[in-house]
Amino acid sequence: MSATSAARATGIAAWWDAIRRDRKASIGAALLAVFVLVGIVGPWLVGAPDALVGVPLQPPSGAHWLGTNGQGQDVLAQLVVGTRVSLAIGFTVGLAVVLIGALVGVTAGYFGGRVDALLSVLFNVFLVLPGLPLAIVIAAYLPSGPLTLGFVLVVTGWAWNARVLRSQTLALRRRDFVAAAIVTGESSFTIITREILPNMMSLLVAQVIGSTVYAIGAQVGLEFLGLGDVSAFTWGTNLYWAQNDSALLTGAWWTFVPTGLCVALVGFGLTLLNSGFDEITNPRLQMERAWRAHLAARGQAATRSTPVVRDRG
Amino acid sequence: MRYILERLGFYAFAAWAALTLNFFLPRLMPGDPATALFARFRGRLAPEAMQALRETFGLTDAPLLVQYFTYLGHVLRGDFGISVAYFPSPVSQVIGTGLIWTIFLAGTALIVSFAIGTLLGIVAAWQRRGWLDTWLPSTLVFLGAFPYFWLAMLALYVLGFTLRWFPLGHAYGDDLTPGFNFEFIADVVRHAVLPIGTVVLATLGGWLLSMRNTMIAVLGSDYVNLARAKGLSPSRVMLRYAARNALLPSVTGFGMALGFVLGGSLLTEIVFSYPGQGYLLVQAVRNQDYPLMQGIFLVITLAVLGANWLVDLALLWLDPRTRESS
Repeated sequence: MSATSAARATGIAAWWDAIRRDRKASIGAALLAVFVLVGIVGPWLVGAPDALVGVPLQPPSGAHWLGTNGQGQDVLAQLVVGTRVSLAIGFTVGLAVVLIGALVGVTAGYFGGRVDALLSVLFNVFLVLPGLPLAIVIAAYLPSGPLTLGFVLVVTGWAWNARVLRSQTLALRRRDFVAAAIVTGESSFTIITREILPNMMSLLVAQVIGSTVYAIGAQVGLEFLGLGDVSAFTWGTNLYWAQNDSALLTGAWWTFVPTGLCVALVGFGLTLLNSGFDEITNPRLQMERAWRAHLAARGQAATRSTPVVRDRG
Repeated sequence: MRYILERLGFYAFAAWAALTLNFFLPRLMPGDPATALFARFRGRLAPEAMQALRETFGLTDAPLLVQYFTYLGHVLRGDFGISVAYFPSPVSQVIGTGLIWTIFLAGTALIVSFAIGTLLGIVAAWQRRGWLDTWLPSTLVFLGAFPYFWLAMLALYVLGFTLRWFPLGHAYGDDLTPGFNFEFIADVVRHAVLPIGTVVLATLGGWLLSMRNTMIAVLGSDYVNLARAKGLSPSRVMLRYAARNALLPSVTGFGMALGFVLGGSLLTEIVFSYPGQGYLLVQAVRNQDYPLMQGIFLVITLAVLGANWLVDLALLWLDPRTRESS
């Protein structure tokens, strides 16, 4: 099988089709779509997030669906406006982290030898250094804002992807079609972009999704600690102010519960999408499902065996 | 033996990288970091104290290389300079007070989470597609999607504020003096239940899934089938044959989780006003107490590196293959 036909088979249309067929993936995609939609159009539908609209710390009511915060600002408006920034940073960082990870990991895995040894030590060092403390220390020295936040998240997050992609490249490097490409005199760049990367596409997509979950979580955590721009409106700063205005000690649950739920729902949606993709792209899981359906159709219980069947339905 | 030394060399290199990063970061700061840092404390510190601070922090007019070696020398002697916020306490002393609490918090949480999660993973794989295997992993993964500290806030709100079962923060009651007596220890435990519980809850799913998935793969292997065919008791097959081998990836993950759990415990400490490293670190950032901040980062890093090395040793003991190859 040539690598380019494999790439064509996993085009956008194929992915879309696969998402629709898998229940987990469709739920995840729907959840995500809702948040992206809110992030794009939401800010125009709610009032200004910094307007003082009422008495501080009002519980949810008809006028303010999620109540007011410690300053007397509308919690819902802040949540909606925060969605845009938080998701934007999350997706950008998720993508950037995988790009850098792929650059380093594939280079190390493909060229091997000294290049590999050097790059491996590099990402192993970054893997073993504790991420959050490192992020805090770097962020403390830079001017606060989305750029700093993104930079810090990329610095502390790329190594994991590099490591996974390196071992994947090592495995592909030994395959016959790569050997064939080398023999025909293709340049390393062509082999990497035309033969190796297309064959890792499903892994790359899974990594972008996984890294986005990481980026959103870590970003909210850093902002919660006050390392973001505390005058901006993002999910993390909402939680920062909830904590600093002693929301907990005054019983104002509405200032922090909705934000946390949103973070979790986005993360859960992405995870569902990811595990859905895994079932689509992993032949073994596919076969297990076909085998179970096959047995169920004949009224038999599933066994622990690994099936070697093909569903011709 | 060679393996142990090799790993030791790697950790030494990582420690050196952290030290170097720590040295260059403040010097890469936009503007002149030394002036910015010390301008803040002009008038609050005596000129001699400032000079001492400058020297211990290595921010002198000497060439960069000389500064670098001065700094390395100081750090090797355990001298991280003087805290600005807690002046004139040395950084090492300030860190010492917080370190115990963080090790207690993160260590207990990690061990409890690892033990429970791994056990549940073994059982889930053993009774595959049973109720435990169907419901527990997805519930825990859902819980894991929430930010650590948010679960902590919710737990604090429900169990601490509304139900008043647990105290709202700190490591022990204000009315107690630390000592090795029952009353004090009971109070520490009471204060630690919520912070540790929330970290355990958030990390349990990862251990469970990793153990379950490897266990399922191992259960399908020939030697497990042989053990079954020999008529060994199910518990012996489950624990001695399958689980011991399935444990390897989890143990490798243990080392990496250390940094992660330490990070998570930093956030938890903020929510519970727990007087550990995380609380100190964030206070240091807010007070622009750079020496303290860097000292804490180094101590956390060295702790994680040391623990990782211990994990490598444990792996050597668990997996005969690593022993043979070395």
